[in-house]
Amino acid sequence: MKAKIKVTLKNGVLDPQGKAIEGALGSLGFGGVNGVRQGKFFEIDLAETDKAKAEAAIKQMCEKLIANTVIENYEIELG
Amino acid sequence: MKSAVITFPGINRERDMMLALEATTGHKAISVWHTEATLPDVDLVVVPGGFSYGDYLRCGAIAARSPIMQDIRAKALKGLKVLGVCNGFQIITEAGLLPGVLVRNAALKFVCREVKLEIENNQTFFTNKMAKGQIVSCPVAHGEGNYLCDAETLQALEGEGRVVFRYAEGTNPNGATNDIAGIVSASGNVIGMMPHPENMIEAIHGKMDCRPLFEGLLAA
Repeated sequence: MKAKIKVTLKNGVLDPQGKAIEGALGSLGFGGVNGVRQGKFFEIDLAETDKAKAEAAIKQMCEKLIANTVIENYEIELG
Repeated sequence: MKSAVITFPGINRERDMMLALEATTGHKAISVWHTEATLPDVDLVVVPGGFSYGDYLRCGAIAARSPIMQDIRAKALKGLKVLGVCNGFQIITEAGLLPGVLVRNAALKFVCREVKLEIENNQTFFTNKMAKGQIVSCPVAHGEGNYLCDAETLQALEGEGRVVFRYAEGTNPNGATNDIAGIVSASGNVIGMMPHPENMIEAIHGKMDCRPLFEGLLAA
């Protein structure tokens, strides 16, 4: 089973990398960009075939390592 | 005073820290590799600066989950003194020994320069030879030193005098909340700071402003 995890910065957390990307988009002539937030994407290949167990395991992985929940949110998609 | 300095892959300030500890306390520090499961019998553990695991995932995140950190966490809960400097500060916050997180510098640039630090709390094991309000020079060298925490944590840190070092005279190099450069745990035995005091203790460093910090370790 494969898990896809999206990690994003919480609202209100300053994202200087997103700001730099926003600036670069402006330099390239892209108008109308109101904001850019940068995140991370993970694909994890699991031996587990039971969806509920896989989800529980991935949640633990996110809480313990993949995301820092002080500043980040995560979303899990299993398939 | 017995101390240990932890080394992870990608750490590069461990020798500076060991030299500083020996020069100031007269006792040679023990070097401990991150795969060790147990700390030697020491009074102080220092997690030094560098770029553990190339800052992969998040700065300090991988090192914080290494075998030696389990033992450091367990012993810190029992009162062992822990000092994290620069990457070491990032590692011990990631390990949950201190609240908050260090994120990318607000101006996006890596900063390597001298800053001014105000000693806000001189009742800690690392600042007891300093005067409250004293301002010292200290170098910084980091790309992710912007201290961030939730409002509740910030209120606790400020209200309980747990901000130990604050960037002074407009020298905040990274956008850290409330100019926070270093904090102490509620229990008083864990200190984390972004600047590098180990690099301002001998005449060859240009200034010796930070030597009393290390000398304070002997009195603690």
